[in-house]
Amino acid sequence: MTALLQHPGYEEERLQRVAEQLPCREVQAGLLLSLMGQPQQYSYPSIFIYGHRASGKSHVIYQTVGHYSSSLQLPHATVSCVECVSVALLFEQVLLSFFGCDAASLLPRSPSLSDFVRIYKQQCSQSPAKQTRYIVMEKAELLRDTDANLLPALLRLQELVEDNITVILLSEIAWDKFRPNTGCFEPLLLHFPDYSKGELQQILSQDRHPSYSAELYSSYINILLGVFYSVCRDLRELRHLAALNFSKFCEPLAEGKVKETDTHKLWRNIEPHLKKAMQTVYLREVSSLQWEQMQQMEEKETGALRGLSAHTHVELPYYSKFLLIAAYLASYNPARTDKRFFLKHHGKIRKTNFLKKNEKTSNHLLGPKPFPLDRLLAIFYSVVDSRVAPTASIFSQISSLVTLQLLTQVSHDDQLDAPKYKCAVSMDFICAISRTVNFDIVKYLYDFL
Amino acid sequence: MSTSSVSKGCFVFKPSAKKKKTLSLVDYFTDGCEGAENSEVRFKLCQDLWDKIKADTEVLQDELNRKILDSLLDFTRKCSSTPSEIPTAALVLGVNVPDHDMTFQSLSELLQQSVTPHVASVQAKECGALKHLMKRVLERLMDTVVTVDDEEEEGEEAEQTEQTSAQLHKSVHCSLGTLCDWYNTKTKVSTGTPGKKRSSPAKDEQQQPPVVIIFKDLEAFNPRVLQDFILICSRYIERLPLMFIFGIATAPSTIQHMLPHSVSSLLCIELFQSLSCTQHLATVIDKLILTPKFPFKLNGKAMQVLISIFLYHDFSVRNFIKGIQLALLEHFHSQPLSVLCCRKKEALLHMTQLSHRDVERIRQLLSFKRYVEKQEQQEQVNLLKDDNHLKEVCQRLIKDLNKYHKNYYPVLRCLHTLTSSLPRYPLGKQIRELHLICLEKNVWENEDYQTAMKLLRMLAKDELITLLQRCAETLQSVKSKKMKNALVQLEELLTKFKQLDTAVETAPTVEESFTSPVKNLQKKTDLFQLQKTLLEMNETRRSKKLSPFEVLRNEALDFIDGLVRSYLSPPESQTLNEVCYYSSSATVRRHLNATPRTSIQAALSSPYYYLQNDNLKTEDGSVSNAAPDICIAYKLHLECGRLINLYDWLEAYATVVSAAEGNDPDSDNFGKVDEVKHARFIQAVSELEFLGFIKSTKQKTDHVARLTWGGC
Repeated sequence: MTALLQHPGYEEERLQRVAEQLPCREVQAGLLLSLMGQPQQYSYPSIFIYGHRASGKSHVIYQTVGHYSSSLQLPHATVSCVECVSVALLFEQVLLSFFGCDAASLLPRSPSLSDFVRIYKQQCSQSPAKQTRYIVMEKAELLRDTDANLLPALLRLQELVEDNITVILLSEIAWDKFRPNTGCFEPLLLHFPDYSKGELQQILSQDRHPSYSAELYSSYINILLGVFYSVCRDLRELRHLAALNFSKFCEPLAEGKVKETDTHKLWRNIEPHLKKAMQTVYLREVSSLQWEQMQQMEEKETGALRGLSAHTHVELPYYSKFLLIAAYLASYNPARTDKRFFLKHHGKIRKTNFLKKNEKTSNHLLGPKPFPLDRLLAIFYSVVDSRVAPTASIFSQISSLVTLQLLTQVSHDDQLDAPKYKCAVSMDFICAISRTVNFDIVKYLYDFL
Repeated sequence: MSTSSVSKGCFVFKPSAKKKKTLSLVDYFTDGCEGAENSEVRFKLCQDLWDKIKADTEVLQDELNRKILDSLLDFTRKCSSTPSEIPTAALVLGVNVPDHDMTFQSLSELLQQSVTPHVASVQAKECGALKHLMKRVLERLMDTVVTVDDEEEEGEEAEQTEQTSAQLHKSVHCSLGTLCDWYNTKTKVSTGTPGKKRSSPAKDEQQQPPVVIIFKDLEAFNPRVLQDFILICSRYIERLPLMFIFGIATAPSTIQHMLPHSVSSLLCIELFQSLSCTQHLATVIDKLILTPKFPFKLNGKAMQVLISIFLYHDFSVRNFIKGIQLALLEHFHSQPLSVLCCRKKEALLHMTQLSHRDVERIRQLLSFKRYVEKQEQQEQVNLLKDDNHLKEVCQRLIKDLNKYHKNYYPVLRCLHTLTSSLPRYPLGKQIRELHLICLEKNVWENEDYQTAMKLLRMLAKDELITLLQRCAETLQSVKSKKMKNALVQLEELLTKFKQLDTAVETAPTVEESFTSPVKNLQKKTDLFQLQKTLLEMNETRRSKKLSPFEVLRNEALDFIDGLVRSYLSPPESQTLNEVCYYSSSATVRRHLNATPRTSIQAALSSPYYYLQNDNLKTEDGSVSNAAPDICIAYKLHLECGRLINLYDWLEAYATVVSAAEGNDPDSDNFGKVDEVKHARFIQAVSELEFLGFIKSTKQKTDHVARLTWGGC
């Protein structure tokens, strides 16, 4: 199968080694190589590679273009767009890896694209490219948020700098979402499909444990995929999980209870364990480190360790609780119904009289609605059981609830006049809060009337 | 100032030396101080006391945080093993955000001392964008190290580091790559073995101190920024041993709310839960308030204000201590006799040095007057006439007050031990509640106290014994004579209880019939049922003879009751309590829990209160027509409904103002709107709008809407 990777201009042996590193991606690698042509030939100006996370995009590029000692080692610059908080950083990294730090220091304070092109040309005339230079841009989707001219310029950089250069963009998003509305040079598109289950099995089986046979590891991977394939196809994550749980899988073997060939028993041993891993360590409810510790502990003790989401209890000052309750009521009750809930002599008004057409659906399904500060305070004063002076600290509590993200401010920060808020807590949370202050919130909610 | 120069120009006048002299703290304290003659002594006392309190609280804070900080430190030490994930400590600190600063302060100090010199902490408000976050992290990490650099390194790095500050502003080198290079040079220099870095990873871990980044307030961070930052960091984790600490105020699930799985899978998150703030407060009260160590005390109401601010508003222990500081300062500032509020020896000394005026002040004290009234005729005369005699008596009184404090707190603790486990907590769960009750009035007259005692009289034997033993333990550490006596008595009782065991065996039949209802009682927590059994028990008690255990139990509880009655009287009953007790709860409330709206309304409706101009004085609460325009406009707008017609308002205003100008009500010009009045009115209205009483509305033209409700 490695025979697929053949290309003139590169050493046969080197290609062979590269191919070994790229299981299940031979087709894509071959295509890429043929696009690149021979090292000294001009290549296509820009290539756009897309595919889901952990589908081997960066891996293939690193193996072919450079980065690893085993790869073809062509002149290249790798830039992660997430790291480039400014374009200057991007330009600098490119110049640095092609021409050394002298060139990078030539960049002016806040360089524009033309500065970059100028310096590149200047440097290029001193050291012209003997082989195609490659710029690899990871997470290219972030380029859309930078200056509007950057992406179109990068796509035809070959023309601009008049050098043998190719820009390779890597992204998880399809090209259609990139195309600027002013139009641009169309790059060559190369799609990396997801690995199939078989391919995952093949790749994962490669990193087997040296002290156990390849078949055993392969059967372990089979079991692992049986549990996790339905929720997770991310190769990296699967590899992580495989490494974490392998010791548990081998436990009966080490104790001598089971032979390597007895897959059924091994499966019975590991399956509940993996299921548990799916609910905890996969969701990062417990950290990998804690998971490893848990494996060493006895079954009883592990019950004590609770996941992150188990801790939802939040202690709040007394009035903050009522402010939050008032905010919840204001967010989920229509303003018209306030009279019904908070006025003493509201008369008998049935829910049916209240109903408007659009309110037949539950307010809880629609999510919280914004409310002005006045309404929040009015409800607060009628809900809280004692007389509260409108002190400064009541108001500061509202803003601290906002910083704690229990409320969100809808209007802009600058708007001092009648700010608007939304309540950002769940029903369960508010029920727990109101229970601590003996307030029956359900009685005040329009949806549960 | 003038110059003799004729030419034009700028002249610099240096301020003269006199003006330059800044007021020292003492001067501020003395300024406007009640009884200025001994103010400096008082200031010194106050400052000493505050320094002591502050030092104590800091020690306390450190002790409380020690456990969690230790486990965090362990975590940072052992966490550099997982290569693919960034070790992250989620530190849940509770919603009392003002207190967190101190915790983070000591945390980063500890980290720097014992784990790694590379610690940077960032706050959300300074990191609006990824660029800024990056810049802050780099600046803090590199700068802190640069300052401790030795000479040789500076030679190598000076250029780089000096440039970094320049370049950071240029934000060209503002990437983690720079940090990586910096870190490598740093560790190479410190270990002295360049080139051998990758050879022995196990050793490297110890030599390579982690780079810790503390996010002080995770909730407030922009999730986008945080995600990008984590993504970047995870690219460098193999080269740079990074570590995060997330300060979380609400619940750890916020992490999952903020970070998607793709990002949180890069982290190895471990949870650390800190002490709850109520527990923290309980310790602070225990160590600062419920101790005779500090002569300064708060009376019931002032205490209540501070505690309710804590419970109702902010949960912040730091603010609570600030409140105590305020009360302390106010006490020494406003009470001239506070010169006696210090240790016994000093107080006695100060007593002898009191001036005649201060002695008069003592005579004016309410508690002293009561004391005098109780004395015999001759003694009364002596006390009121003879300063020296009074000083002697007062020295004795000060000693008494000291003794009172020495006995009060142990007995309070005993009573709390006994009552804190009773069903429904008749005297409160926390000792502070009991303390408040005792400060208020005679606790034994309290109804809840009676119930508590009744419940105690129904306790089973082993429970009672353990409680009494715990009481004995509290009393053991007290040095006062009376408490030692009490301890002896208590221990005698305890031995009697133990002897009972042997006695019971001789007469088991009698015992059984009595203990059965008692045993039932243990299960019941319902008050109604308790009362029912209580009545039943009363009846049985009447009908049957008491068992030896019950006799003994009654004896023990009578003893406790006796202790309470003799030592837990409220401080107001003590003579000279005003010296130590700060009682102005209104001042504390006004300063700590301000009511801006009430003050604005007070200013508008009774301007005399602030302006102190006699013309503005009115009797019936109405506003004089000579008041400032805004007050008149405010008063008039109170008479309106939700919507105010501007023209009517203007007319009314013009009438009032004309009357103030003394125009003849019958003349044609009376109440006419001229330009000046119009302008003044408009100004008043816009001022009211600025204060938030009205706003423009689109419902009706030439109307404004009122934003407050209620009228005159």
